[in-house]
Amino acid sequence: MEYGLDLEYSFNEFLKGFGLSSEIAHIIWLPLPMLLVLVAAVVGVLVTVWLERKISAAAQQRIGPEYAGALGVLQPIADGLKLLVKEDIIPAKADGILFTAGPILVLVPVILSWLIVPFGQNLLISNVGIGIFLWIALSSIQPIGLLMSGYASNNKYSLLGGLRAAAQSISYEIPLALSVLAIVLMTNSLSTVDIVNQQSGAGILSWNIWRQPVGFIVFWICALAECERLPFDLPEAEEELVAGYQTEYAGMKFALFYLGSYINLILSALLVSILYLGGWGFPIPVELIANFLNLPINAPFIQVFTASIGIVMTVLKAYLLVFIAILLRWTTPRVRIDQLLDLGWKFLLPISLANLLITAGLKLAFPQFFGG
Amino acid sequence: MSIAVTTQIICFSVLSLVILIGALGVVLLESIVYSAFLLGGVFMSVAGLYLLLNASFVAAAQVLVYVGAVNVLIIFAIMLVNKKEDLKPISDIKSRRIISTSICLTLLSLLIRVDLTNVWSLSSPQNSIGEESTIRIGEHLFSDYLLPFEVASVLLLMAMIGAIVLARRDVMSKDISTGLPVDQELIEKSSEPLLTNKN
Repeated sequence: MEYGLDLEYSFNEFLKGFGLSSEIAHIIWLPLPMLLVLVAAVVGVLVTVWLERKISAAAQQRIGPEYAGALGVLQPIADGLKLLVKEDIIPAKADGILFTAGPILVLVPVILSWLIVPFGQNLLISNVGIGIFLWIALSSIQPIGLLMSGYASNNKYSLLGGLRAAAQSISYEIPLALSVLAIVLMTNSLSTVDIVNQQSGAGILSWNIWRQPVGFIVFWICALAECERLPFDLPEAEEELVAGYQTEYAGMKFALFYLGSYINLILSALLVSILYLGGWGFPIPVELIANFLNLPINAPFIQVFTASIGIVMTVLKAYLLVFIAILLRWTTPRVRIDQLLDLGWKFLLPISLANLLITAGLKLAFPQFFGG
Repeated sequence: MSIAVTTQIICFSVLSLVILIGALGVVLLESIVYSAFLLGGVFMSVAGLYLLLNASFVAAAQVLVYVGAVNVLIIFAIMLVNKKEDLKPISDIKSRRIISTSICLTLLSLLIRVDLTNVWSLSSPQNSIGEESTIRIGEHLFSDYLLPFEVASVLLLMAMIGAIVLARRDVMSKDISTGLPVDQELIEKSSEPLLTNKN
């Protein structure tokens, strides 16, 4: 299955042409994909914020942002600029160090998790062996940042919001990890690239969503809860807690929370599309199209074509899920804290455990369909 | 010295420094909240050391279990019971300190002795298993380490049942601390939403 563009190899060969050693070439290469992914994440946030404003307006029969650029596309940039130039306030009785470290601890793990998001066979920063497990581990750091900022703000609402956020994130991490485990069981690998390749056999028919429908729904609910999206936005519930752990934050520190939550939403959507919707796979296998057109799969033109199709498909699937998340936000009411914990512990946890057991049984019974 | 080796040495020294200073801070700082957060930092740095040793699965498990679960629960507990209260002065604090220091020093000397006498089999880059370690750990857990693995799960189950019994007082007819019969009605009422009682 080793085909497709390998930009790193070509880039290193190109630099070696100038007489640089392979180590130097590697060091020059290293920051490039990181920067690219960072820029992609931030642009993704801008698009999502615009979508959120426009779709919420449509859901409430308003027009939404209109004057900043065509259809208001520049509105998120204006928002970002406003936050950049706002005064950075640390409340008088707050704990300065923890108050500053909190938002950073929330944002950094989310951005680090982009390490494992593949947009094509070789189009990811690093194909680490522990792949999807890295994301689960990193996302468990976030509650510390939330607790930290909730505590450091020296505000009852903030503390309550931080505690709620931590409780929510701990409860929903378990069914989330269990439904990922069912996928890993079918793939025999933790690597995200292997997970996508395992679904690429017969186009749309071989996507994991048909084999793991329960896991897909559990994962999506848990991902929404991890992102603190409505109906699970209790940590910042405006009517009860002002804005939860963000209450005391202003300017760039608030922007870090804002950025973090939207990057997390896009990341979750990307991971749902990788785990359940075939990742970069086109609904009809690209090999079939190439064979139909009598083109060799290794031709440069076909490789560039498959790579661009891969990126477009990944982003398209992810934004379809983001659209669903936004629609959910503006059409569903918020759950109570006891309902939230009941749903997590008494419903999703048993269901995902049963799903894991059934997947293991099916894998033994039908190894050709459920990975042998 | 190649660039990779230099990077490794820099990472190792930074991580060790963070572990040492962080661990000292956990013990010596007055504020318990700072200690708890520093503990998280120490756990993260230990995960970094595992990464340097090519044990990425163990590193991720360390982050997930120690930072994501243990440390979060410690901080959670501290924040739920964070009362500003002066602790009672302990009368024989000096002798206690001497005893604890000597115990710690004995343990340290034992560890140093193990470190010096043991013959470490240093793996060369050729025979290190790297990414394959996940599979190896799984094989060991389900073959020669099966019994300890299962016993650990039974232990965790016992701890969990114990915690549930302590937290849910209505499973016992008497309060543990006071010995008085537990008012069952009060416990039932408190779990109902507040709004329904007001009408």
